[in-house]
Amino acid sequence: MAKQQPRVDAVIVGLGWTGSIMGMELTDAGLNVLALERGADRTNADFAYPKAADEIQYGVRHTMMQKPKQSAVTIRRNLDERALPQRKLGAFLPGDGVGGAGAHWTGVLIRPTPTDLQLKSFADQAFEPGVLQEDMQIQDFGVTWDELEPHFTFFEKVCGQSGTTGNLRGEIQEGGDPFEGPRSEPYPLPALQDTQSTDMFDKAARQLGYHPFPNPSANVSRAWTNPYGMQLGPCNYCGFCSRYGCVNYSKASPQTCILNALKQRSNFAYRTHANVTRVELAPDGKTATGVTYIDENGDEVFQPADMVVLASYALNNVRLMLNSGIGQMYDPVSRTGTVGRNYAYQIGGGIHLYFDDIEFNPFATAGATGRMFNDFSPGNFDSAPYGFIGGAKMHASQASGTPIKTPLPNHTPSWGQGYKDALKKYYGHHMEISMAGSVMSYRTNMLDLDPTWKDPYGLPLLRMTFDWKENELKLSRFMRDRLREIAKVLKPDHMDESFQLSGDHFKVTNYVSTHNVGGAVMGTDPSNSALNRYLQSWDVHNVFVPGGNAFPQNFQANPTDLIAALTYWSAKKIKETYLKKPGPLMSRA
Amino acid sequence: MTARYLIPLLACCTLLTASPVFADADDLVERGAYLARAGDCAACHTAPEGKPFAGGLGIESPFGTIYSTNITPDPEHGIGHYTEEQFAAALRDGKRTDGANLYPAMPYPSYANLTDEDVHALYAYFMQGVEPVATQPPETSLGFPFNQRWGITAWNWLFADQETFTPKADRNALTERGRYLVEGLGHCGSCHTPRGIAQQEKALDDGDDAYLAGADLNGWWAPSLRAGKGGDGQGIEGWDTQAIVDYLKTGRNVHATVGGEMTSVIAHSTSHLTDQDLTSIAQYLKSLPANPANESVASADEREQATRETAARLTAAKHLSDGERLYIDNCAACHFNAGEGADRVFPQLAGNSLINADDPTGLIHTILAGARPPATPTIPAQLPMPGFSWRLSNEEVATLATFVRGAWGNDAEPVTAEQVARVRASIKQAPLSRAPDPNGSLNHEDGDQ
Repeated sequence: MAKQQPRVDAVIVGLGWTGSIMGMELTDAGLNVLALERGADRTNADFAYPKAADEIQYGVRHTMMQKPKQSAVTIRRNLDERALPQRKLGAFLPGDGVGGAGAHWTGVLIRPTPTDLQLKSFADQAFEPGVLQEDMQIQDFGVTWDELEPHFTFFEKVCGQSGTTGNLRGEIQEGGDPFEGPRSEPYPLPALQDTQSTDMFDKAARQLGYHPFPNPSANVSRAWTNPYGMQLGPCNYCGFCSRYGCVNYSKASPQTCILNALKQRSNFAYRTHANVTRVELAPDGKTATGVTYIDENGDEVFQPADMVVLASYALNNVRLMLNSGIGQMYDPVSRTGTVGRNYAYQIGGGIHLYFDDIEFNPFATAGATGRMFNDFSPGNFDSAPYGFIGGAKMHASQASGTPIKTPLPNHTPSWGQGYKDALKKYYGHHMEISMAGSVMSYRTNMLDLDPTWKDPYGLPLLRMTFDWKENELKLSRFMRDRLREIAKVLKPDHMDESFQLSGDHFKVTNYVSTHNVGGAVMGTDPSNSALNRYLQSWDVHNVFVPGGNAFPQNFQANPTDLIAALTYWSAKKIKETYLKKPGPLMSRA
Repeated sequence: MTARYLIPLLACCTLLTASPVFADADDLVERGAYLARAGDCAACHTAPEGKPFAGGLGIESPFGTIYSTNITPDPEHGIGHYTEEQFAAALRDGKRTDGANLYPAMPYPSYANLTDEDVHALYAYFMQGVEPVATQPPETSLGFPFNQRWGITAWNWLFADQETFTPKADRNALTERGRYLVEGLGHCGSCHTPRGIAQQEKALDDGDDAYLAGADLNGWWAPSLRAGKGGDGQGIEGWDTQAIVDYLKTGRNVHATVGGEMTSVIAHSTSHLTDQDLTSIAQYLKSLPANPANESVASADEREQATRETAARLTAAKHLSDGERLYIDNCAACHFNAGEGADRVFPQLAGNSLINADDPTGLIHTILAGARPPATPTIPAQLPMPGFSWRLSNEEVATLATFVRGAWGNDAEPVTAEQVARVRASIKQAPLSRAPDPNGSLNHEDGDQ
């Protein structure tokens, strides 16, 4: 018999960005809120200078990441393969502990475009029938730019977003992104400092007619006090952001931006080492009664709650829904069920440029330092002649100068004298021009429960079925050609390319990005979305699932701003409507 | 905890009767709770991890350890059996119910200025708003002659001469409110007024230049609070009213971040005061002329020039001294080359009163053990300064401390490795790189913080 804890109004599973935001919003509404976090507690004090800036511990050994033992997924590339579990992290690095990936992210905080939110409508209008792949399952988000804009604005103030405004209430601003959706307010803080590589990229991109602008950053350019009274110190460009907690408290994270404000509230509490294994449902299956978790002693505990917020990582949110029987599991053959449907990812690629005589000083950088342009996002160029839909963020980013991760020319030995000689010769003489591409959703890119592999508690692992599709490989080729043109202007002494091209398959061992999205997507049609447009389960009305899982397909940039804005959007509806009259916020008809 | 207890209690009262008499009683208890915050009663009368106001905190004094008493309304172990008159006598005259004297670790010489109205509210709060706790704190047993409490009578006659507050008609009402709080409940002089031969505060009010002129607190410099013009412009003399309000409300302002004993005063007392009371305190402090002992050593222009010179040397990074190198490697990330810190986030080092104190104990302690600002209601952020004791030797800390005491126009004596060794030995948790959290572990239900 499981132990039972006293009932709470709302239980939040996972205390990263979305859990922290929901914590603030639901305690604001007067609810008694409890957060359950699978990993350990982490506070600012855990990131104190200089111990958090340790490349072996954090960059290589992934101290801040989930361990495959706790959270492996099994992976196959098509329906015919047998999926095998991850034994080692590779392509993506979900975060562990309080703060989640929000503690170790790089800090690029960028909005999608209005078109990205309504991609299906755009595709129907911009592409002739038959141009796009027939197994593509792209959809609109079901929420518009105007609805989300106030929430982007607020979250960007929470983070002290630093950058250059491109479109202020419809007026195009010099130096910003002319393709961004209209912002109601300018960036809270000015852009980060430029570097040698951003200057070079900026000049080359302008020469080719593009519109580069500083990477929108959640590494703050100035000291910042946010609307919650939380504070960030000015970034000192130490270069330890991605995979690290910030030693200077300069990177927006749940720790720097929300948690202490939340912890002060007497109607909030949190427990760590509390691994939620399933949401418990009432006998009719229409409401949740709470969650069951395994505590740090290995005991099973039932936590009753009137409302459940699944705020863990996107992949785990989907797994929890499946293991709890919330909604119907997606079947790619009959195309029925919605939970696990439309898993998507991001496609990367780039050209490494080496210059014998240029010193880039890559160690002096913020994670988000860089320039990008949006000339190749959907709607800003015509991709129909090339036979693909989607776009890419084209950028030169210099996230870090740590020595072990420093890129070296292809065929450099990975150890021994050859490695040392190359490191000496090329360290500091390298910059990269890259693309981060959108990935559409397809019938057979999906998540479900693995029929074979189980976790230590006997619960099925999540199975990921994913491979690159022709649409993305065409996009990759197109963007490669554009980046080659930029490289030609920059005239490096040596360069190497790395792109996914026709015939390539997804490799789980190579890092791509931790922008795993979809699987429990939002929408307005219960036949193709697991959540309604308020991130409420269509099937169990007191379960809300904010996260990257809600994206019906992925856009060409970083997801955090959209994930947070969607969370505030959902919270607003919960406060204004749901709490007054709990029940489905949209009818299934 | 106190506040949480209070709320259900008040709710109970309201349920019992809706009569206006009880509504007033609620207001009275609430006002008493506010005054108890202003007096920071909990700071001494709550032991670490102990129940609020149940006493048992050991207070180190030159005469031995004095344990605070249980002031919850428990009739046996606390003050539940006190009449209001007896409560007032303890508060203002330092008298126990049996007529014996309290040790003046209890700041009754300051509380003596309390109005009857405020004593009444405090009494209501301690009797009705505080949870009774039936525990007996350790007995204070000082050695002879300090165990002879009758001896305090003479001390009281000599030094405890403060009277009930009456506003001075010729002064601004807001400033006078500030004086009432500073001289009385705030008992700021307990730490910030130098003490005389009998451990008495040299002055209990602003009739004397020694009042709030800065004092040594177990080696830490509790700086002068005389914020008016006339001194060298260091520390609080260079702060405007808003900066003082910000500091008391949030533990940080454009110049400084709180450290040492004041951290808990801000966490538990001043951050809970109204803006109006904080402004009155700031105005009052600004009305006190600066300590004449702080002869101006350098003009503002000279200090600016010195700041530019230090910043230029650190930026050029050529032929650095060991102190400069240690600063760049350990401190510059947050405090920057010009020692300016960051607005309300990281403290400024130029003109910092802790750095320029005659006794470097506080500075050494901060370098070794770090510091952690309090989470306050309006600024809950805590950006801790890490401790460097695990990383820097005594010699290195001395070299670094000597550098910061001479950079950017700072002007204080060098620090020796022996001084660092003494402070290191006094810090129980020297190997740790974390300062303890002044707020405890906030709502975290399993204590692995």
